[in-house]
Amino acid sequence: MIRHLLSAADLDAATATQVLDTAAEMAGLADREVKKLPTLRGRTVVNLFYEDSTRTRTSFEVAAKRLSADVINFSAKGSSVSKGESLKDTALTLQAMGADAIVVRHQASGAPHRLTRWINGSVINAGDGTHEHPTQALLDAYTMRSRLGRLAGLQVAIVGDVLHSRVARSNVLLLHTLGAKVTLVAPPTLLPVGVGSWPADVSYDLDATLTGADVVMMLRVQRERLSGGRQDSFFPSDREYARRYGLDAIRLRRLPEHAIVMHPGPMNRGVEISAEVADSTRSTIVEQVAAGVSVRMAVLYLMLGGGAR
Amino acid sequence: MAYPRMAAADARTVTSAPASKTILTATDISRTVDRIAHQILEKTEGATDAVLLGIPTRGFPLARRLAARIEAFESRAVPVGVLDVTLYRDDLRLRGTRAIGRTDVPAGGIDGRLVILVDDVLFSGRTVRAALDALGDLGRPRAVQLAVLVDRGHRELPIRADYVGKNIPTSLIESVRVRLAETDGTDEVQLWAGTDASARATGATATEASA
Repeated sequence: MIRHLLSAADLDAATATQVLDTAAEMAGLADREVKKLPTLRGRTVVNLFYEDSTRTRTSFEVAAKRLSADVINFSAKGSSVSKGESLKDTALTLQAMGADAIVVRHQASGAPHRLTRWINGSVINAGDGTHEHPTQALLDAYTMRSRLGRLAGLQVAIVGDVLHSRVARSNVLLLHTLGAKVTLVAPPTLLPVGVGSWPADVSYDLDATLTGADVVMMLRVQRERLSGGRQDSFFPSDREYARRYGLDAIRLRRLPEHAIVMHPGPMNRGVEISAEVADSTRSTIVEQVAAGVSVRMAVLYLMLGGGAR
Repeated sequence: MAYPRMAAADARTVTSAPASKTILTATDISRTVDRIAHQILEKTEGATDAVLLGIPTRGFPLARRLAARIEAFESRAVPVGVLDVTLYRDDLRLRGTRAIGRTDVPAGGIDGRLVILVDDVLFSGRTVRAALDALGDLGRPRAVQLAVLVDRGHRELPIRADYVGKNIPTSLIESVRVRLAETDGTDEVQLWAGTDASARATGATATEASA
């Protein structure tokens, strides 16, 4: 297993499959009376969150606690960061406290990468700017595999705000490694420069893509990142966005019988996904959250469970 | 070390080399499993509330064979499961991360039942200790017993087996290799001269080394 998990591209097919297989075993724990394993007793995992997060932070916290690691939650709000402490000084402080792994979320792309130069422990990227969110890609792959039985050859449509989405980038890289075929669907204004070099097809037409898709992954419209709140420089209005790129009940019927609908959360109901679709049996949104705990347990075990490297 | 290390291919093809000695043949293993099945029935007065839990890799096929024999003798199906103990081991930090195996407890669970742990080789006893910890997280058995195909001695913990296929006196530089048709294509128990490390180089004693 790798020392740091910064990008979904750090994982080759064998390692990624090992994470998914390990996660499948970890999932059995959720049905037990005692949801606890002694495996990481005495290890310390720090959740270092510079951005708001509900599911990722709690998911990492639950995963680490189920493996008996000690967990320190550190959020920028209410810490010395608000007094102006730099990322490096914060990292060195946590290092001095004996952190074996730092799970980091930061608004700047590349922050976890910088962190690896300053500390000895493992660094796990829990989302950096618009760059990557590898454990989200792993839990999405896990959910697809458990619903559809395989990943190789799957047609996956990733729809929406690709420009600001670290989830999209990590998913494209991981799904490509695991043999799935990805089509990105977005208005031209919400596609990043250089998307042509990604291992994915690009389409502007959601309806045409839906008919052949096994998986449709809807991305959140990231209002907080739409430059200076000027959403209308990317698309005219929520209604127009929803009409062209939103998934509603009518579009859901165009999907093949077996196809599933995913969303990394949090959702803007009525914009990229209608409430009816979000709550339908085709939607895996709640499963994705459960998968998140299993996948993060697998990652923590594989990175911290063994001896000195 | 008394014998030079052999490459994996050599170890399999050389049959007359003094490096290994067959302890149990396929027929011996079959008779031994039959005997343990009878002993379980005798000692537990019919194994009415027994659950057999095999420890991967080779404990699981052994547990299934025991259950099949018990069923053949008394026409009673005994639930069989598999219990992976990797996450409870005390030596996780002594080497690289180990892959974890499958855990599958029979539908009836283990609460209030007699759990019989099944493994191929009993050595230091550390695997069994890990299994006892794992059981504690799965429920509360009425009692726990241990069945092994081979007891090679050198216990490091106060643990003993209730059912033993064969006691094999060994030295620490020898290794015991159990092969079963389900996992290795053939039934055989061999005693190898040489350390665990050289035996592991042949890719055959993964369970023995951890047993």
